[in-house]
Amino acid sequence: MSTPALEIAGLHKKFGPAHIIRGVDLTIAKGERHAIIGPNGAGKSTLFNLISGYFQPSEGSVTMNGAPISGLPAFEINRRGLSRSFQVSNIFANMTVRENVRCGVLHSMGYGYSFWRNIGNLRSVQEKTAEILEKVELLDKAHVPAALLPYADQRTLEIAVTIAGGADVILLDEPTAGMSHSETDRAVALIRKATEGKTLLIVEHDMGVVFDLADTISVLVYGEIIASGKPEDIRGNPKVREAYLGDEADQQAIGGAA
Amino acid sequence: MTDTATPDFATLSPSRGQKFRQRVLPLIALALILALVPALSPSRTVYSLLNAVGINIVFALSYNMLLGRGGLLSFGHAVYFGLGGYAAMHAMRAIEAGDGLWSGFPVFGLPVVGFAAGALAGAVIGWPSCRRAGTAFAMISLGVAELIAAAGFMFASIFGGEEGVTGDRMNGPELFGLSLGPVSEVYLFIAFWTVVGTAMIFAFTRTPLGKLSEATRDNPERVQFIGFDPVRIRYMVFIAAGAFAGLSGGMAAVNYEIFTPESLSLHPSGFVLLMAYIGGIRYFSGPILGAVVLTVMQSMLSDFTEAWLLYLGVLFIAIIMFAPGGLAGIFHGVAGTVRRDGAGRAARSLGLKAAGVSLLLVGLIVLIEVVIRWSNGYGEVFEPFGLMLETGSVLTWVLVAGPILGGAALVRFVAKTDEGGA
Ligand SMILES: Nc1ncnc2c1ncn2[C@@H]1O[C@H](COP(=O)(O)OP(=O)(O)OP(=O)(O)O)[C@@H](O)[C@H]1O
Ligand SMILES: [Mg+2]
Repeated sequence: MSTPALEIAGLHKKFGPAHIIRGVDLTIAKGERHAIIGPNGAGKSTLFNLISGYFQPSEGSVTMNGAPISGLPAFEINRRGLSRSFQVSNIFANMTVRENVRCGVLHSMGYGYSFWRNIGNLRSVQEKTAEILEKVELLDKAHVPAALLPYADQRTLEIAVTIAGGADVILLDEPTAGMSHSETDRAVALIRKATEGKTLLIVEHDMGVVFDLADTISVLVYGEIIASGKPEDIRGNPKVREAYLGDEADQQAIGGAA
Repeated sequence: MTDTATPDFATLSPSRGQKFRQRVLPLIALALILALVPALSPSRTVYSLLNAVGINIVFALSYNMLLGRGGLLSFGHAVYFGLGGYAAMHAMRAIEAGDGLWSGFPVFGLPVVGFAAGALAGAVIGWPSCRRAGTAFAMISLGVAELIAAAGFMFASIFGGEEGVTGDRMNGPELFGLSLGPVSEVYLFIAFWTVVGTAMIFAFTRTPLGKLSEATRDNPERVQFIGFDPVRIRYMVFIAAGAFAGLSGGMAAVNYEIFTPESLSLHPSGFVLLMAYIGGIRYFSGPILGAVVLTVMQSMLSDFTEAWLLYLGVLFIAIIMFAPGGLAGIFHGVAGTVRRDGAGRAARSLGLKAAGVSLLLVGLIVLIEVVIRWSNGYGEVFEPFGLMLETGSVLTWVLVAGPILGGAALVRFVAKTDEGGA
């Protein structure tokens, strides 16, 4: 077996007395599309924060492509090819859509902190930016300030900035939250297109999206993974039904997606 | 719509013509204006005023690299202006004394020395200060400013104590045939460095680091997740801002031939904040406008009234409350209104607004001038246009209350009708 894209072992996170992540082990193969589901407050976003280097784990380790990444600063983890989006849009509000994506592209194109080049003359950066804007269908809004975008477009830009650097491990935190049906469909198509051939880890509440995109599902409840497996297995798992899907609305959601 | 928009990077970038008009043309215009000034054969006073303006333009632009572009509020930017100026001052003395290599260094190039010293000071002081943004950064900048200013008064051998360090600019090799003796020649020196400084600071905003600085201002958290360290970005921007402040300090050293520890203090640090903010920190041209207006106000108004600092305060507060985009923002707003409503309608609404603001100002001026004379207690009377405005006279208070109330009503009325019409 080849080295997994991500290997999470014995991960714990405590905020003072609050023990939020309580021993998570997870292995994600290269090219896998892995969904994490779980009730509100289960620790899904916290898990993303631990993997992406935003928080330091209290215990345990994260390994990417065979190299340990826990303890590294977030920007270093990003440079090694892991990129994440945020549950709440987290973009550069006063810059235009194009400038947002361009910032996301910069590092991967080898233009670190350079202050001796005119950004407008960096042909490869401009081309890559245009390519990504086209991919996410924001080309016609390229010159709109990000803060003025409609909500769904802000979510799309969030994804665009996340994939701009060409990372091969992508973490998306509830990318379709708050979107209408048609917007969700568009977003799913976009995610599929944008993460082709990459490893995808996605947190999502919308079961339709989960069953649509994921080939593996893990269920996180109170900081522990209580089940992990193929979508069919998860749907039939009694433990999952009891702990998480006991909620009637969710049962319907799962039934509806089936 | 999407079909016609070809996914071509060229269509996304502004056209050559746009680039030229938006980026190169304003700089050429600035250079031309500055170059044409001597043709009007201005007086010595005008020359000295223009020199002060040029210095302040570069200083305010350097400050806006932090505040406007980087989101970093500094209360101690004069430290870098002052240290750059002192370095240039000492270099000037070394040139005069003919010390070693310095004997071959032209005074014209002293801003380069200021630039280097400002960058060095930024590199040293920025190291601890740039770890945090926001309030922590602002507080540290204040502390550092106090510290350096205090040190300035203590270490007399470097800073010259109360009297400061003086020098003579008419030494060393001449560049461009300028002896730098007469103020008109100093003007050419200042104009040159003003254009160079402005062009370089503008170029900085167009670099990857300049763009990342804006990104860090907007969202330092996200910057980490596109592969950059926000602390490092802030630090590099801080060094650059210090360098250009030092450059303007070097210009000042040559212009005034004296530097005192006062120049490092909180007072000029506050003044540069006012210049940038009143001019408009969201616009590149803002600090330039602010530097021009405030420098002119400082030198002209202080001749007319001892209350000029009060007027400055009123202007600052008015900008914060009613025009956060600053003077540049007002200009852009006016241009936008004209474009949207056509010149005719815009002129009416803008004219009324201007009339309202002028009325407010009249009332305010009468109030301030009367009160300041009363507070001085010399029995002096404010006599504009032959009117005797005594503290006790009814006319005085009519002239205070009338214009203020009338002006406020007019401004409100215009705002209401604008809303209704929109
Ligand atoms: N920085 C923090 N300090 C203290 N507690 C935190 C912190 N971050 C998260 N928590 C707590 O950890 C728990 C899990 O939060 P998290 O955001 O990871 O949940 P989630 O599974 O993403 O939920 P949701 O579905 O609502 O997004 C919550 O109780 C939250 O209050
Ligand atoms: Mg969450």
